[in-house]
Amino acid sequence: MTKRLFPVAVLLCIGMFAYAPFLIINAPYESTMGLVQKIFYFHVSTAITMFVSAFVCGIASAIFLFGRRPGADRVAVAAAELTVLFGLIVLASGPLWARKAWGVWWQWDARLTSTLVMWLVFQAYLLLRRFGGPGSEKLSAAVAVFGAALVPFVYWSVNMWRTVHPTTNVVPSLDPSMRGPFLWCLVAFLLLYVLMLSARTALENRRARLDALYLALED
Amino acid sequence: MTTFFTAAALVVRKDLLVETRSREVVYTSLLFAVSCMLVFAFGLVKEGRVVADAAAAILWITIAFAGTLALGRIFDRERQNETMRALLLAPVPRAAIYIGKFAGVVLLLLLVEAAVVPLVALMFDAPLFRHAPLLAGLMVAGSLGYAAVGTLFAAMLARSRSRGTLLPVLLYPMTVPVIIGGVRGTAALLQPDVDIAMARTWLVLLLCFDAVFLTLALWLFEPVMTE
Amino acid sequence: MDFTSLTLTNVSRHFGRRRALAGVNLTAEAGQIVALLGANGAGKSTLLSIAATLLDASSGDVRYGRMTAREGGHALRGRIGLLGHDLYLYPELTATENLRFFADLYALDSPGDRVAAALASAALQDRGNDPVSSFSRGMRQRLAVERALLHEPRLALLDEPFTGLDDVSSETLRARLSALRRRGAIVLVTTHELEAIEPIVDAAYLLGRGRLERLAAGAGSLRDRYRRQAQA
Repeated sequence: MTKRLFPVAVLLCIGMFAYAPFLIINAPYESTMGLVQKIFYFHVSTAITMFVSAFVCGIASAIFLFGRRPGADRVAVAAAELTVLFGLIVLASGPLWARKAWGVWWQWDARLTSTLVMWLVFQAYLLLRRFGGPGSEKLSAAVAVFGAALVPFVYWSVNMWRTVHPTTNVVPSLDPSMRGPFLWCLVAFLLLYVLMLSARTALENRRARLDALYLALED
Repeated sequence: MTTFFTAAALVVRKDLLVETRSREVVYTSLLFAVSCMLVFAFGLVKEGRVVADAAAAILWITIAFAGTLALGRIFDRERQNETMRALLLAPVPRAAIYIGKFAGVVLLLLLVEAAVVPLVALMFDAPLFRHAPLLAGLMVAGSLGYAAVGTLFAAMLARSRSRGTLLPVLLYPMTVPVIIGGVRGTAALLQPDVDIAMARTWLVLLLCFDAVFLTLALWLFEPVMTE
Repeated sequence: MDFTSLTLTNVSRHFGRRRALAGVNLTAEAGQIVALLGANGAGKSTLLSIAATLLDASSGDVRYGRMTAREGGHALRGRIGLLGHDLYLYPELTATENLRFFADLYALDSPGDRVAAALASAALQDRGNDPVSSFSRGMRQRLAVERALLHEPRLALLDEPFTGLDDVSSETLRARLSALRRRGAIVLVTTHELEAIEPIVDAAYLLGRGRLERLAAGAGSLRDRYRRQAQA
């Protein structure tokens, strides 16, 4: 059933992204920042997707470690790569927005900084997997579990760190008429995430099967 | 049957015994910490006066760096003759071994801090001892958090390739809340109009971090150390 | 917490695409000394690590009596003794301190006496207070064997125990293992020193590229039989 659902979902996703620009163009202008603010629809959606991915990775890793299911580890790898990917999009789009809106590329905004820390954690996951040698699946799973648990602490600490020094760059609260387009973009990105996750996991599954075949060949 | 805490205590005692024989980790960590402070001084001291809030930063970053070095060395030792395997083979809950190692790391960190805190106070003219109990609380809470994460990762990586470079890469992002909490909490105590409430809030954050991550590490140690 | 057999059923272990063990079947009973022979890299150390609960098998079943490692928990580990390639000794500590640490960790009765007996057995009574880093290879090997057997394990797993031992020490080790066997232990030994193990071995297995087969009985010494089968 999932096989038939996949192409349908892809088409749906493409459709959503094709329609999104129209929604964004027709969305109301934000009072202080004007056109530049419209980056927010993609920027925040990607950020939310990134954090969802971080939790998916953490939970899958916990299942791998405690439930001893090798399939969970494959999901975790896919989720970690996607966390890094979506994180990169957030970290690239953030400064673009900041530059136009507030004149500086980076001003240690609480959310952007938290994203950077989480991005580093999951990038470390990938590095460990790549360079850690045999047995690094379990080690990286522990990193992912820690990473997922770290999210609230990073938020808390970076937020407190920033609010002590009052900043002039306040992210505006959401105008109700912006809610519609934002939710559309959010759903589009989450759908994209799910599609990429299943594709990447399928690749990982195939790699595992290939390894098993190589092993069987030796017998 | 050895109980949990007896086993942990035995591990700590053994580590202390090994360390008193060679004193390698203590000497190198202390010397490294002082060198680190020196390097920071060149960066952060302008016209003989230290940039505001730099003392807190220097203190915590020095300890973080020295801690990473010490962690690497402590677990390298267990790797030398594969004694970690002998420990894992013992009829004790494996989490007890983690606690034993953790306690050793905390003791080392506190020792380094005992040296670095007065030095920073002296060399950077920082009134660190004005609110000594609160400062001590921040240092201990921060050390516990750093050690909790560090001990698990260093133990995990002891058998890996590239363990020397991977430990800092893993450890620093993971201990960001500890660094922020420690530096800002200490800075709150150092500013001219001392902000006790702020320092206390940071202490609470550090303690929550300690509780969560120590528990996680205890859970994860066994599955992660069986190959 | 005691068991009278070690049974490996269809145990396999791979590291990525490299297979270390393939469908290993082995049963060792109490009161047996079993030799595991094979070329380097054949998987002998992997097999011992799995039997010692330090390594999980990729597939297959390992039972101690009727228990699995998970059911046995850390109490089971107390009945297993492992001697690895790397000796598991702390070079900065003295021989006595090393043994005493493990004696305390294993919660042995009268640890002081046990340590003294172990030192005597290793012919190191006079060197008890010297750091292990000052020992020769042979001395370390003797001490490492004693450390592994300090708690009189039910299952003794020894990886190349005869390395670096002279004739006298080899004879002492053989006597030690025979005494263990008399007390009903299961002893698994990997070695290249076939002549050293030959007088006391009950059963021998050949491990080749991950596969285990029983060494056929036949004419000639253990080494002759090994050579014949290994080449086949």
